[in-house]
Amino acid sequence: MSRLSSTDTAGPSTEAPDAPDSPGMAADAEAGALLERARDALGDALVGSHISAGELWLRVESESWADLAAWLRDEEGFGFFSFLSAIDWMPSPFGRDMDSAVDNTLDQPEPKEAPPTETGVSGGDTRFQLLARVGDVATGRSVIAKADLPTDDLRAPSWVAVYPGADWHEREAWEMFGIDFDGHPGLRHIYLPGEFEGHPLRKDYPLLARRVKPWPGLVDVELMPETDDGGDDGEGAAP
Amino acid sequence: MTVTERQQLSYIAAQAADARVNLEIETEGMTLNIGPQHPATHGTLRIVAKLDGEQVVAAEPVMGYMHRGYEKLAEVRTYPQVTTLINRIDWLGSFANEVPFILAAERLMEVEAPPRAQWIRTILFELSRIANITLFLGDMAVQVGAITPVFFAFRDREHVLNQIEAATGGRFHPNFDRIGGLKDDLPAGWVAETRGAMRKIRAFCDEIEELVEGNEIFQARTRGIGVIPPGVGLSYGLTGANIRASGVDWDVRRDSPCGLVHDQVDWKVWTHPDGDSFARFWVRLQETREATKIVDQLLDGIPSGPIMAKVPVIIKVPAGEAYVETENPLGVMGYYVVSKGDLNPFRVKIRSASFSNVSITPWLLRGVYVPDIITILGSLYFILGDIDR
Repeated sequence: MSRLSSTDTAGPSTEAPDAPDSPGMAADAEAGALLERARDALGDALVGSHISAGELWLRVESESWADLAAWLRDEEGFGFFSFLSAIDWMPSPFGRDMDSAVDNTLDQPEPKEAPPTETGVSGGDTRFQLLARVGDVATGRSVIAKADLPTDDLRAPSWVAVYPGADWHEREAWEMFGIDFDGHPGLRHIYLPGEFEGHPLRKDYPLLARRVKPWPGLVDVELMPETDDGGDDGEGAAP
Repeated sequence: MTVTERQQLSYIAAQAADARVNLEIETEGMTLNIGPQHPATHGTLRIVAKLDGEQVVAAEPVMGYMHRGYEKLAEVRTYPQVTTLINRIDWLGSFANEVPFILAAERLMEVEAPPRAQWIRTILFELSRIANITLFLGDMAVQVGAITPVFFAFRDREHVLNQIEAATGGRFHPNFDRIGGLKDDLPAGWVAETRGAMRKIRAFCDEIEELVEGNEIFQARTRGIGVIPPGVGLSYGLTGANIRASGVDWDVRRDSPCGLVHDQVDWKVWTHPDGDSFARFWVRLQETREATKIVDQLLDGIPSGPIMAKVPVIIKVPAGEAYVETENPLGVMGYYVVSKGDLNPFRVKIRSASFSNVSITPWLLRGVYVPDIITILGSLYFILGDIDR
């Protein structure tokens, strides 16, 4: 798609806001100016960017993850913390887990040929990518931040010192993806019981309900009771 | 030295001795579990509070009793099937949950709902807000010990739920929003009935104002309690009425409208400078009134035309990423949708309002008295389904 291309590289080339049909050209221009300032401030740590519909994506090295937050809050005034999470870009080895006949029979060996890993806007190099969003309520601007994590060492600096609201979000990302956050005051389970093993939102974690009972399960084929006296019982019989 | 003087002196000495004894008695810390089942928690949330006497030293919310894993489940469902799940996130204003997800999918597909669908969407969106906050207005009084208003709330919420049911077929889980429009058009006579319901809701707001807002006990229990400064609130991700009660003039409906038609009508964003429990109650009360005005104006101007845009029968969403947020009853709700061009989303990150709103509680509850825990939690107003997802 067009929204995946054109502005996906953060090289020295100047950005030309694409998509003539985008809702806010002014917002895109403003995001472009912010991108230029981000280049000056972060230097080589900024490895990818993307602008679409007035929203700016910034992708940084994982070591600079906390620096990005500090820069966004202190220099650019993004005081509102929206969310923090992660994306596992590996294609699911279980297929779509949707149609029992194709994907999910017991005798079929599990991994079919895996489609190549593709990463989304502003690019990506590794399987796990951090994802966060901050905003500035006074001007309505927002930035979506991303950072690739090395697959053998899932770890990034914590945002809690900058945005205290990141505390619970990082606990969730730790629990669901197994990502460590250096400097977090206490990484422990937030939703799941303490003895839970595994990281459910990773793509290689099976959705057990679909393993146990293939989708769509037993289709109810029982016929509707026939109405022998024409209309149904009393009410609502009028046309 | 007269007798009275000696008496006075001995009295002072006794007082001093008592004070010394009081200093020497160490008050031991105590851990109090509030919940998981408590009427103030709208579901099952446990607060582990470490107390020193009557004061909270540290409070730690424990959640996950209702975690359903919607982000994982959404990955194995087609786009139209996902709305069935996300209906259940904030179950008091379910239609509003569907809207940002559908808008995100529409943005990726570059589809726009026809004007009529956008207007009806906005009306139903505001009706869910009224149905949701009505209950809060009654419930907030329960937190300070007044039982009656909540029955008024249940009584009058019914009028709104009836309208939602008449239009969508579902009282709590409409599942009515579709990519490219809505499932159905409005039934005949719905507009007039909704106008009647709005009148009843306005009367209910007046009633609550008389019964609760001016009440001396209510004011004593909520004024100056649980004060959130605007900067702290924003850094914790507080949204909705919670942050507007701290004086932050920010409403997604007005500031970054997307797919809904709030910019077509005349309305006002209410804020309050105090940031305490009372301010949060007051802002929500005004917002409910404002929502009835929005609905009234929208009912006047529903454009004619189709209810669905041209959308393929089997919906495949082109590859891309989109984040769309709307101003839901509980605060800002957003969906970060990653698509790879399949029938199902590759990843859905649900940014729910209550999760961030409640994340401030360890900071906010430090140092408050035990009875105030309840009013503060009540005034933050969260739905457990919206925390646990």
